[in-house]
This record gives sequence, C-alpha cells and structure tokens, in this order.
Amino acid sequence: MSGAICESYAVEAGAFGTAGEASGKIKGVLRKLGVPSALIRRVAVASYEVELNLVIHSLGGTIDLSVEPGSVVLDVADRGPGIPDLALAMQEGWSTASDEVRMLGFGAGMGLPNMKRNADEFAIQSEMGVGTRIHMRFRSPEGTGT
Amino acid sequence: MSKYFHSVTLDVSKCVGCTSCLKRCPTEAIRIRKGRARIIDERCIDCGECIRVCPYHAKGAVTSPLSIINRFRYKIALPAPALYGQFKDLNAAALIPAALRMMGFDHVSEVAHGADIVSRAVMERLEKPDCPTPLISSSCPAVVRLIQTRFPELIGNIVDVKSPMEVTAIQARRAFCEAQGVPEDEVGCFFITPCAAKMTAIRNPLGHETSAVNGAISFLEVYGVLSDLLRKNTAKPDFAHFPATSFGVNWARIGGEAISVGVNEALAVDGIDNVIRVLEEIENGRLPEVKYFEGLACLGGCVGGPLTFENMFIARNRIRLLAQMLPKTRPERKIPDEELEALRDQLYLDRPLKPLETVRLDEDFKTAMDKLSRIEKLRKELPGLDCGSCGSPTCQALAEDIVQGYATELNCIHLLKERLRIMASQMVEMSEATRE
Ligand SMILES: Nc1ncnc2c1ncn2[C@@H]1O[C@H](COP(=O)(O)OP(=O)(O)OP(=O)(O)O)[C@@H](O)[C@H]1O
Ligand code: SF4
Ligand SMILES: [Mg+2]
Repeated sequence: MSGAICESYAVEAGAFGTAGEASGKIKGVLRKLGVPSALIRRVAVASYEVELNLVIHSLGGTIDLSVEPGSVVLDVADRGPGIPDLALAMQEGWSTASDEVRMLGFGAGMGLPNMKRNADEFAIQSEMGVGTRIHMRFRSPEGTGT
Repeated sequence: MSKYFHSVTLDVSKCVGCTSCLKRCPTEAIRIRKGRARIIDERCIDCGECIRVCPYHAKGAVTSPLSIINRFRYKIALPAPALYGQFKDLNAAALIPAALRMMGFDHVSEVAHGADIVSRAVMERLEKPDCPTPLISSSCPAVVRLIQTRFPELIGNIVDVKSPMEVTAIQARRAFCEAQGVPEDEVGCFFITPCAAKMTAIRNPLGHETSAVNGAISFLEVYGVLSDLLRKNTAKPDFAHFPATSFGVNWARIGGEAISVGVNEALAVDGIDNVIRVLEEIENGRLPEVKYFEGLACLGGCVGGPLTFENMFIARNRIRLLAQMLPKTRPERKIPDEELEALRDQLYLDRPLKPLETVRLDEDFKTAMDKLSRIEKLRKELPGLDCGSCGSPTCQALAEDIVQGYATELNCIHLLKERLRIMASQMVEMSEATRE
C-alpha cells in the first residue's frame, strides 16, 4: 500500500457517549484534504457503521485512515471477541444486538452490508478470541481527482 | 478574501477583543487578531449567533434603512410571518398592512401566503419517485449556507423550490404591475426581516441569479413606528380577508413548515447547533425514516431571529394563538392550481448550489497532506485547553492557522509562558555561572 497512514483512531467498547467522534474526525480530515463530496459521503457512512460496531459488538479497537490521490482506505482491527459466522453476519437484517442497543436505534443488521455496498473493496476476517479485521477501499469515480 | 457580501458585520470601535463570539461561532469563522475580532468571509453563514452573544453590541447586521423604499416609484412591503408575533395585540396581523401603507408602501403582500404556495410546491416534490430522502427545506438561508460549507454531501437533498420570501415578491410584483399597468423595474419589493441571513440571501441569492427582493428592512427598524401606528389605529381588524392560512403563518415558528408540507415523517429542528447535530446524523445515514427535514438556524424558528424585538417564547406563543384564529384550510386547498401554474416558470432554483470548500487546506493534494501532518504535530505541542486567548477558537484551529500562515506559535500564551520560564531559568543559570 502506497498511502501513508494519516491517522489512527481508537474506539472504546461501550462508549456510546462518544460514538460517532472517530467517523466525524475522519470526515473532517477528508474535507481538509479536498476529497470530493460524493466520496466523503460513502466513507462517512461506512466509517460510522464500523465505528458503531466497535462500540457495540467489540472489545474495542482502532480505525486507521490512509488517503492517497483518488482513494481512501480504512483498516479496522479490534481485540475480539470475533464473529463466529461471517456469512451470517454479512446478511442484511442479521443482528445479535441486545434489546438495550435496539432501543438506541441500532441493531437492524444493516451495518456490514452497508459498508460493503459503499466500499469498492471490502475484506473481512475474523478469528474467535482474537478479533475482527476489516479492510475497505473507496475510489473516487473520477479516478485521480481528489 | 472573496467579495462575498455579508449582512453580519463588526463595529471595530466597539469590539474589545473578548472571546464571546469566537467561542460561539458555529462555523469557526471568527478570529481575534490585534485585539479585535475579524470575520472570515468565506466561512460566515450569517446565522447571527455573534450578534446575540456580543456583550458590547459590536456585532450587527447591515439591513436596508426604511428610506431605501423611496428609490422606487412603487413600493411593496413583504412582512415575514414572524412579524405578527412582535405585538401584544393578536389583531396586529390584520392591521399591519394598513400601518405599512401609512409608512409609505403602496401595497403589502404577506409572505405567509407565499409560504402556502411553497408548501404546495414542496408537496409536489415529495411525491416524485426520485425525491431524495430526506428532502431538506431551503427556507432558512443560514442553514443552506451551513450545508454548503459543512455538509456538502447533502446539497443534493435541498428542495429546489425558492423561499417564501422570493415567491411572494415574484407574485406581488407581477400582480401589481398588471393591475396598475406599470413596468416591473419601477416596483421595489422589500422584505421585513427578522434576520441578517435573509438580507445576505437577497444580495447573494442561493440557487438563482438575482433576487426578486430589492431590500430587507429589519423588524427592529420598523418596530417603533409600527407599534405607534397600531396603537393609534381605530379600524376593526378584518381577518376574513387575511390572505394566508394558519399553516402559512405557522412557518414563523419551528415545526410549522413541516406540518404545512403534510408528511408525517418530517423532522423539525431549531437552533444552529442542534441543526448541525441532526445533519450529522442524517449524513451518517442514521435517519432513513425521515422524509422531510426542516432546519431553522434560530431557536424557536424565525420568531427567534436575531433582529426581532420580542422574547422568542412569547412571540412563538402568539403565532400559535394567531394560527388558531385563522382558517385551517390546507395549503393544497387554499392555493388553486391556476395560481401555482402562473408561477411555475419562476418557482424553482435554476443554479446549482455549490459546495463551499472553506476548510480545504490546499488545492494541491500533496501539499494538503503535508500541511495536515504539520498541523497534527503542532496540535500535540499545544496545551489543548481551547481557551481562545490566542485568538483562534480551539487549539486545533490555532494549529491550522499557524500552518496556513495566519498566526504563530507564540499566539498561545501558554507556550509563550513556557518559553519565558525556560529563558528566565537560563538567565539565572548564566548569571550564576558568570558570578565571580
Ligand atoms: N467488530 C465486531 N465484533 C464482533 N461482532 C461483530 C462486529 N461487527 C459486527 N458483528 C456482528 O455482526 C452482526 C451484524 O453486524 P451489522 O453491523 O451488520 O448489524 P448490527 O450492528 O447488528 O446492526 P446495525 O449495524 O444495523 O445497527 C452484529 O449483530 C454482530 O453480531
Ligand atoms: S431561522 Fe429564520 S430568522 Fe433565523 S436565520 Fe433562518 S430564516 Fe433567518
Ligand atoms: Mg452495526
């Protein structure tokens, strides 16, 4: 990968009060770099979903952002617990969110499918007891235009 | 600096360089330099927060003086519906037209009626199969500018129907010219405004080339004369001929517009900070159920505009009571098809609303990346107190200002103090080392 890591954001498990901060910052950085709006919007939706998954389902983790002309990459890694059945997790509407989380408006089982839809490259790996890693690349439709 | 007109201005002679407005500005458009505030034109959205918060009344709004109407042979007044909430007597709404005529206007057209027309036009848009969700109201110019600067991804969601102010002016001028047989350029239309943002929108129209409105006169400017005339009035208020419905009048307060456009899945949010928070949710795709979004920069809606006289809560309640007195005819029944068709050619925005890249660090991507990493490094050196003493609203903002060449590290008094402490201890060391 040629792009330098611009920034790395730590996301804590259960931190609902600050949920959305990391994706908000990512959006800010992209705007400062002059990334086209349409691309920012896709990254914003995916980074918000992934950030909330870290808050809700993981034991905490990090989102690394790298930007290069024409594309944005998010590399996400958490410290567990891992996803037992990836195929199931990727299905629209499948969720293990608790009733409390559902009360907050999450848990529709749309996060992962949404990320996949918005990213041009999407790869997910998970190992029980170790953690989950997600790689997403978003390309500007104009190719080089940042 | 661009030559973009702003209604919000600073009276340098009154400014003492405190940090009240600096900390309050929702778009970080203010800096204190050389002991005085200055407004960054590109970032200002004319929301008027600084006008409200300045303890020295150094922030003000440029609006048109009443005398401006004399530039035109024929003068039409366009009172904002929020004006009715400014007077204790609810009958004022029906009496204001006569009072405005006494002040020199030839004709008065209620913007509340324009709001009824716009409600119908927005309803049509909501029914189109390709309607974006949510559709976002275009009526508050401060919010439209906010979206252009901070939420450019949502520009495509803004409804392409002109504001009630514009639509009222277009209709009023046409009707007047037809009835009187006078040329259009002899007729001046003047909005009676609760805010600075509307004045700015007249000078720099959002989404169309020119405004049909020739000037904006503030509530504060007409309040004295108007209340005097209303007090002396002996005529009976005639609500039977009041041109707007309760729906149109309710546009003055938050939620009125959402109810007028008649979708249940509408969300109304007032106050610029609240609007920012909810737009963030929308941008994150967390509010898919919302079909219409009404965002008003002022708490309470236009009744809480920065150029109003009356307390927002009192004014808002009066609008509620007034709306109860008016016919509850829905806009789609009130406005006949012919009226809408007659305006069709002028009803819509015809210029794209462009994103305003006010935060972009550099045109060149590599340079922007480089600046970003220098900012990051600097920010870590700053104390993170966000105290504003340096003249930038936050430590992060100072770091950006330094990298962009608008400030230096020593603007931070905490860094300065630290440097002085080091220097002082070095001097002590030196003097001790050189003592005989
Ligand atoms: N980082 C993670 N660690 C462990 N489990 C995860 C993680 N991310 C997702 N999951 C699992 O995958 C399921 C589906 O995730 P997805 O984001 O699609 O939906 P959701 O988070 O349940 O609901 P929504 O995102 O719509 O609010 C989750 O319910 C959870 O069981
Ligand atoms: S809410 Fe109304 S009064 Fe306030 S800025 Fe917007 S249009 Fe003006
Ligand atoms: Mg999720």
